[in-house]
Amino acid sequence: MITDAAGLGRARATAFVLPALVLIAVFLVFPALWTIYLGLTDYRLTGLQAANPQVVGLDNYTSALGDPRFLSSLWLTVAYVGGSAVIGQAGLGFALAWVLRTRRGTVRRLVEGVVLLSWILPSTVVGFLWFALLDRDGGTLNALLGTPGFAWLLDHPLLSIIVFNTWRGTAFSMMLYSAALENVPPSHLETARLAGANVFQQLRDVVFPLIRRHVLTNLLLISLWTFNDFTPFVLTGGGPEGRSEILPIYVYNIALRGGELGLGAAVSFLILLINLVFALAYLRLLRGRRRQEATAAAGGPPA
Amino acid sequence: MIRHTVGRLVSTVFVAVVLALFALPMLWLAAAPFDASPTITTSVPEFTLANFAAILDNPYALGSIGNSLIQGGGAAVLVVVLAALAAYALSRVSVPGRDVLLYLLLLLSSVVTGTAAMVPIFELATRLNLIDTHLGVILVVSGGLLPAAIFILKDFMDETPTSYEESARVFGASPLQILRHITVPLVRPGLATIGVWALASVWGGFLFQFILLRDPEKSPGSVILYTLYTEGGAPKLDLISTFSLLYSLPVVAMYLFVSQRYGFRFHGGIKR
Repeated sequence: MITDAAGLGRARATAFVLPALVLIAVFLVFPALWTIYLGLTDYRLTGLQAANPQVVGLDNYTSALGDPRFLSSLWLTVAYVGGSAVIGQAGLGFALAWVLRTRRGTVRRLVEGVVLLSWILPSTVVGFLWFALLDRDGGTLNALLGTPGFAWLLDHPLLSIIVFNTWRGTAFSMMLYSAALENVPPSHLETARLAGANVFQQLRDVVFPLIRRHVLTNLLLISLWTFNDFTPFVLTGGGPEGRSEILPIYVYNIALRGGELGLGAAVSFLILLINLVFALAYLRLLRGRRRQEATAAAGGPPA
Repeated sequence: MIRHTVGRLVSTVFVAVVLALFALPMLWLAAAPFDASPTITTSVPEFTLANFAAILDNPYALGSIGNSLIQGGGAAVLVVVLAALAAYALSRVSVPGRDVLLYLLLLLSSVVTGTAAMVPIFELATRLNLIDTHLGVILVVSGGLLPAAIFILKDFMDETPTSYEESARVFGASPLQILRHITVPLVRPGLATIGVWALASVWGGFLFQFILLRDPEKSPGSVILYTLYTEGGAPKLDLISTFSLLYSLPVVAMYLFVSQRYGFRFHGGIKR
């Protein structure tokens, strides 16, 4: 599959990749390594350790892993990713792509437009919009539902940020899946329908095998983005009583509010490791798929 | 036939509910800027344009939109060009460890761009004399956006057939010419999507702009929005809603332009 169709050659290929890699190395990899180093020190925002941090080895890691606040934050993050990325964004995004696939014209443009708008509006603006929606006393939602004084952000903080993030990010999955669905030949679906397959069976037997790669790419990206998403901070600040304190907000609270930069850096590294597990699982699934394809292709002409 | 009708009905109800859910939070943005005394509640406005006059009087408001344009536009161009070059090379030439490298960078980018690397980024920018410069913001945010951009674009490039490139090569086209005249037109929707995505993320970004820029003359709109409070700390809803609307219009306009002109889609290759 790897060919050098354009005749790039190693040297030119390197020259193409190099500018991006340099920028990434300086502004991404280097700060990351620095963060890993900070995680091994007692670096603080203020005080004696700010001027002269000492290396404390793995102390930060043991104290983070022993902190019940870290563990509860981890579970909140898992619920947040599962609820808003996997079920919310990917589920709703796929449903929209599937339903809109057969529609043309105004309805489709309108729905796609509104969903995309919620994705491209500036995050800072979006924060204010959701405040206006969920506000306890004058919020639009309470006015609509006839539940004045219901404090959504205080009573259901996790649910609020899950719905918020679903609203915010569904566009990406919707676009990716509608692109993927265009590659599913309508004749295959037609055949399945004539054979009496219902929608669920069509999805399971015809659609998913064909778009599996897209599903995996999508799930990986949105899980990573959601896992490291700081935006819910503008809605709840992690509260009340830490009930929506997902890991990125936990890091912010201990590192900048609490001033324990070393501990914050250590937790960031733990987050990186958790993300690594995600990505490895994904890579393995994708590899398995490639091998299947290779075996299938060996038997006949490539698709 | 009945099953078909029921299915159609269910999907119509579903579409209507989704439409309402997604439009609801935006109503406030459409109503409050035109209201003489906006509150947090969405209501039919007492129509006025005075809020727009008031925001224009703010010394930093208009300039901050210009700053956002420089920073967002600069980052979008940088990300699209560098990511396209890198994704093309990675897609066409086999480099050992390529996939692993891409995944590692993607992981790093999603973790590091958060609050985690704030201190190192600030120290780095200070030492490189990038504090209070547009360039500093552009370079820092581009570093964070590039891995995902390369990752997505490589997917596009992998799906474009190489046969065109082979024939162009037979006729003596250089690799850069092939990239420019054959591959770029084929993946143009992908490039447009990445460009809009990059600009929109910088446009709404707050954290790095807040850390790297001290001078309000250089601050983008996303930072200026948080200065529109009274001295007592209460939000000035008239100014905030009006500026929010003004600040949203350029990204919306850009999205409409790009989707009209290039199509805003996640697929590459020839239409099958």
